[in-house]
Amino acid sequence: MRHSYLLPDISRAGRIGCTLPELDVPPSEPPPEELMREELGLPEVSEVDLVRYFTALSKLNYGVDTGFYPLGSCTMKYNPKWHEDVARLPGFTELHPHQPEESVQGALELMYRLQEYLTEITGMNATSLVPVAGAHGEVAGLLMVKAYHQARGDKGRKRILLTDSSHGTNPASVAMCGLETGVVASDAKGDLDLNSLDSMMKEEVAALTLTMPSTLGLFDPKIAEIAELVHKRGGLLGGDGANLNALLGRAKFGELGFDYVQLNLHKTFSTPHGGGGPGSGPVCAREELVGFLPAPLVAKSNGKYRLVSPPSSIGKIASFYGNFGVMVKAYAYVRSLGPEELKQISGDAVLNANYLKEKLKPHYFLPYDRTCMHEVVFSGKKQKAKGVGTVDIAKRLLDYGLHPPTVYFPLIVSEALMTEPTETESKETLDRYIAAMEEIARDAVENPEILHNAPQNTPVRRMDEAKAFRQLDLRWEIRDEKQ
Amino acid sequence: MKPRHLPKAQTSRKMTDTMPLPYLPNTEADRAAMLREIGVDSVDELFTDIPQSFRNGRFDLPAPLSELELKRELGQLADLNANLNDYACFLGAGSYRHFIPSTVGHIIGRSEFYTAYTPYQAEVSQGTLQSVYEFQSLICQLTGMEVSNAGMYDGSTSAAEAALMACAITNRSKVAVLSTVNPAYREVLDTYCRGKNLRLVTLELDSSDLPNDCACLIVQQPNYFGYFEGMETHVQKAHDAGALVIAIVDPISLGMFRPPGDYGVDIAVAEGQPLGVPMSFGGPYLGIFACRKEYVRRMPGRIVGKTVDVDGNAGYVMTLVTREQYIRRERATSNICTSESLMALAAAVYLAALGKRGLRHVAELCYHKAHYAARAIGKLKGYSLVFPQPFFKEFAVRCPLPPSEINHALFKKKIIGGLDISDLGENTMLFCVTEMNTRQDIDRLVKTLGAL
Repeated sequence: MRHSYLLPDISRAGRIGCTLPELDVPPSEPPPEELMREELGLPEVSEVDLVRYFTALSKLNYGVDTGFYPLGSCTMKYNPKWHEDVARLPGFTELHPHQPEESVQGALELMYRLQEYLTEITGMNATSLVPVAGAHGEVAGLLMVKAYHQARGDKGRKRILLTDSSHGTNPASVAMCGLETGVVASDAKGDLDLNSLDSMMKEEVAALTLTMPSTLGLFDPKIAEIAELVHKRGGLLGGDGANLNALLGRAKFGELGFDYVQLNLHKTFSTPHGGGGPGSGPVCAREELVGFLPAPLVAKSNGKYRLVSPPSSIGKIASFYGNFGVMVKAYAYVRSLGPEELKQISGDAVLNANYLKEKLKPHYFLPYDRTCMHEVVFSGKKQKAKGVGTVDIAKRLLDYGLHPPTVYFPLIVSEALMTEPTETESKETLDRYIAAMEEIARDAVENPEILHNAPQNTPVRRMDEAKAFRQLDLRWEIRDEKQ
Repeated sequence: MKPRHLPKAQTSRKMTDTMPLPYLPNTEADRAAMLREIGVDSVDELFTDIPQSFRNGRFDLPAPLSELELKRELGQLADLNANLNDYACFLGAGSYRHFIPSTVGHIIGRSEFYTAYTPYQAEVSQGTLQSVYEFQSLICQLTGMEVSNAGMYDGSTSAAEAALMACAITNRSKVAVLSTVNPAYREVLDTYCRGKNLRLVTLELDSSDLPNDCACLIVQQPNYFGYFEGMETHVQKAHDAGALVIAIVDPISLGMFRPPGDYGVDIAVAEGQPLGVPMSFGGPYLGIFACRKEYVRRMPGRIVGKTVDVDGNAGYVMTLVTREQYIRRERATSNICTSESLMALAAAVYLAALGKRGLRHVAELCYHKAHYAARAIGKLKGYSLVFPQPFFKEFAVRCPLPPSEINHALFKKKIIGGLDISDLGENTMLFCVTEMNTRQDIDRLVKTLGAL
């Protein structure tokens, strides 16, 4: 099963992996010698070897199409196959971003409609599709917050409050925006601690950003009070929409009091995760922030679609207009859904998570024993007491052919197992996962060695990460052999 | 392109009231059984943490359509666009039309690759991890740099993150960029610099000095106007001022021209889209990011390293993760998480498919065809090349008419002309010619321009 060779191993002088046309114009004077490259050490691989090599590599991967992938807060739902087909239509892929607007009206119309649908689903006033990833959308949102306060002459607001359960990207994005972070504690129920917020919500605070539902998979029932407190003190409420899946067709960020929210089309809107992208992280804003959205937006006037820059835009944050190819897939998804279907999605996502919660509660410690939303966070601390860590549980799941949940996150839960089944999994799949987790819990007591030695059935076993770090080997190197 | 409009918000009739979505496998019986286990009567009861007043709002969306109807609708939307298979196109300026062998699409179309996520579980992610290791290696080989990361969002954000990295390394807060750098990149730099409270200064190409409080000098080779600059001078100037040099390069040009590692830059970035990624109206693209080894711990983005497993077998893992946001939070080198992994795979497959000879050949095709076109256009009455310097595949032309008028006329002949850059020079157009432009295309362009 292992795959021990690399491209240089299948490279031989004289091979090539494709055909190319001959020059059909008279050649010109060559460029000056001092500009020319001497050697080019790229491998020379035949097409068949190339295809077999990457096909073999693909088989070492686990994806949503391979099996259950309950990676918490990543919403690894099924990616409909036909979305891939429509996204590859030449009328979408063979478009240059600088083409005249009249020659890309179909693309602009699609973007315009997607903006409208996302604006409606989140209850906001406008949407910019430009951010290409969730963290990119976070930066956009924070820059909007900064610009908003500056435009009002309110220059002292330099702090962004986050919760202690927030994604790692949240504080990193704050730093990217030249702002500082304040961390609001969670209370015993896993919600935001209002007293903590009250004491921290001072006049240097520009915004509180919240993931809703939180990374604990919990919806904070005090959301209205939170929004009111933040707004009363002159701050804004920002949303990390990573977990929007739980709210589809149920509640709108705009109505909950959020001033902006950034989405992940690769999570909620079923576009594939690509092994770590491409994603798409649109940011949706309420009226007071619309003018600051990242440029450009698609506007419609006299039946024509145009790219426009909002009046006080934070500016450009990417070379062009966002990940259009991802937008096509998200559009296909949204148009498959009406209000009823949206509700069905969040309903099944939440039902599946609560089912897992009830069935696994007897075996794993549940730090917040209440109705959860789209994901449930267990702690492996019962098992830890027996010397079995969450990492061992995760690795053992691999032996069952299952992908583990997100582990050791959120940070406020020790030995965390953050489990998000999504709505696209059947009860039978959940039951198989439950059975595996039960067996693992039993083995943690009776046969811990099997967990410590897991995985056994994977292409490689546990990796020596310390060696990777100490003896950095980040590339191969070949010389260009002159023929 | 067909000049017709889509019917407004089509509606669909459902087969039955209970026709489920194909991606929702739970049946009513499943749901009932699960609700019993949970001990509630309805799914709605699971949502009671959402205050009543916010629950069950109105969602005003058009009626849903089936796969068949949507394929039709999306086909119609696609047909409203002028796709470049039907046009001769001479646009570049940051997005490039290059040949993509079918192998690329087939490999990135394998769902084991595209339905996976960030390889947190290395044991079942060796396909992604080893591909990234190949990508990093190929980028190092191509750029002549020592280390590469696993890829960024696009060329402009790579440049911006490089500037932030240079500021962190030098402990300075001023970023210098040459005016010959792509204006879109300079705008993105401006946004990122303002965000991080850094000062961005734009220098003319011939400005003699670099202020000695700059963290970096950002240059582009070949530059926005397509021609080659004296990189040695830039590097010397920057290093004399204690600044790092960030070079934005065209990866296809590196099949023929000196790589940034050769002329001593500290960080090399590029738009990776030309390497096997379709133009797709501007995204998804790929940011290339490579630097000197001594700065590897200050790099943004994912980095994959080779190691062994407990049995001593070779394998790959994400490494240097202590730089990253999910470990270090606000002290991370960047906030980047989901990036453009699949596009990096496309680039790796592309570079491997073309190999040494193929990439050189593609670069030569671009070079000779662009020069053929430039020569012919330059001979037309009223047209002249703006810059005398050697160039690769793009060149600026002063035109006798406003470029918007010219492009309008060209479009009627199924030609998409160069980019109107009249804001940077009177009646100036930036043309790009690649291996995709046939001699007939070029001759047709020249003939049409000459007849205006």
